[in-house]
Amino acid sequence: MAELIDLVLLAMLALTALRIIFLKDLFAVVMLFGIYSFLSALIFINLDAVDVAFTEASVGAGISTVLMLGTLALTGRKEKKNSHSSLLPLLVVTVTGAALIYGTLDMPPFGDPDNPVHQHVAPRYIEESPQEIGLPNMVTSVLASYRAFDTLGEVVVVFAAAIGVLALLGIRRKKDSDLESGLKEHKVLHVIAKIVIPHVILFALYVQFHGDFGPGGGFQAGVIAAAAFILYALVFGLPNTLAVASPKFLQWMASFGVLLYAGVGLVSMIKGGQFLDYNKLAADPIAGQHYGIIIIELGVGITVFAVMLSIFYAFSSQAERSNVQ
Amino acid sequence: MFILDIVSSILLIAGVFFGFSGAVGLFKFPDFFTRVHAASVTDSIAAILVISGLLLQTSFDLNTAKLVFILLFLMITSPTASHALAKSARHGGLLTLAEAKTENKGADDKQEQAH
Amino acid sequence: MNFILDYYNYWVVVFLMMAGFYIVISANNLVKKIVGLNVFQTSVFMLYISMGKVSGGTAPILVEGVTQYSNPLPHVLILTAIVVGVAVTAVGLSLIVRIKRAYGTVEENEFEHKDDAI
Repeated sequence: MAELIDLVLLAMLALTALRIIFLKDLFAVVMLFGIYSFLSALIFINLDAVDVAFTEASVGAGISTVLMLGTLALTGRKEKKNSHSSLLPLLVVTVTGAALIYGTLDMPPFGDPDNPVHQHVAPRYIEESPQEIGLPNMVTSVLASYRAFDTLGEVVVVFAAAIGVLALLGIRRKKDSDLESGLKEHKVLHVIAKIVIPHVILFALYVQFHGDFGPGGGFQAGVIAAAAFILYALVFGLPNTLAVASPKFLQWMASFGVLLYAGVGLVSMIKGGQFLDYNKLAADPIAGQHYGIIIIELGVGITVFAVMLSIFYAFSSQAERSNVQ
Repeated sequence: MFILDIVSSILLIAGVFFGFSGAVGLFKFPDFFTRVHAASVTDSIAAILVISGLLLQTSFDLNTAKLVFILLFLMITSPTASHALAKSARHGGLLTLAEAKTENKGADDKQEQAH
Repeated sequence: MNFILDYYNYWVVVFLMMAGFYIVISANNLVKKIVGLNVFQTSVFMLYISMGKVSGGTAPILVEGVTQYSNPLPHVLILTAIVVGVAVTAVGLSLIVRIKRAYGTVEENEFEHKDDAI
């Protein structure tokens, strides 16, 4: 049964990808990409990767669609006619695809418990992490404790991306505060947004602190909280949002999150352990692990929130008056 | 328990029927506003029926509470989304089928948004 | 039949990967190229997650009475990769915005000839 669902979803995914290739209207392409992300999130759920599905639905479908739409507002929504012949790309793609298909024949069968990938470190994570870390969600244990150094690197990459975007675009503050988003007349949207936004932020906090026990964690929570602010900016206009969370404040927050994460590592070194060795944070190793994971997830959440919102500010403040809908 | 299962399957099947009719409407209806109408059927009644059907399948624990929250949010957000879509189409000058036939191309673009 | 069931997932992943690759090398518009890169990226994610799946297993969250779990390691790698991916996409898109400002176009064949203008 699960295979059947998988097949249907994969077929829909393939059709969406084909449609993206042939459409010239970029607005539709970006919307289809949002659908593509949601479909792949469903497939991830079907393949037992609930944390990944959560991230893909909030980050892939939510934030990247918004950013692409922001870019389209500046660059125009039609793709021009291509002067090159499409024969050569087709040939290259066919040859590469055939080689890869040939390569997959050497792969171990899909879903077999005896595959090499399930033999090396995975059994240790599955069998011992509930005792060693004391958390039911193994993905959080591996992400925040066993591979904490790797995750620190990822957070720094996200931080560096924010620096890159701000260096390239910068956030332009508009002098005239009467810059209208044509949504002023949407009274219904205003009321509903005011109802929904607090709940979204509450949900983000739930995801942040419940990530130890179920799907969720800092990455997803940061993006969801940023989405609440983005909704506010879309409905009530960017100047109002800048007044709530100023770009300067966000830059401080982004660096604070990274420093908080690295600070946990330093504290554990001061206490006589290795970098990011949470066992030393408290007298009881398992309690130490819990402290460490909660604090670094908080650091991740703060950084991701601040970075995503800064990037959104950078894109939406570029939009010229005529382009603001 | 047996009766609950029957009620839940009836709700689920009804939900699937409405979802399907919404999808058919999305393809068959002639212009943007009628299509939004069809799409919002999927959003509202189909989702409500499917989630109510699922509610009866849970054993009234945390999952029930989560499903109820999802139901509440869907009942708030999906009519709002349809409303915002139709209103901005109107605001952007899109005419209904009766008003103009030349605007059909714009409706096609908006239809992607309705997904 | 078994042979197909064992491999169909990987084949669809390769198809999606090639669809993304085709968009990247054939599209004229830079925004569409970024969409293609994202399609490619998502297919790689799917390859990893497919490898982590264990048939009969469940999501790697400890539950009483369950012994068979899917492999959590690919999930961790991909979870962070998705967030890094969107951050990198944002950098790419902001480069496109700068290109639009400098060259006035984001169509590849149009700014090819404008290199001397700057």
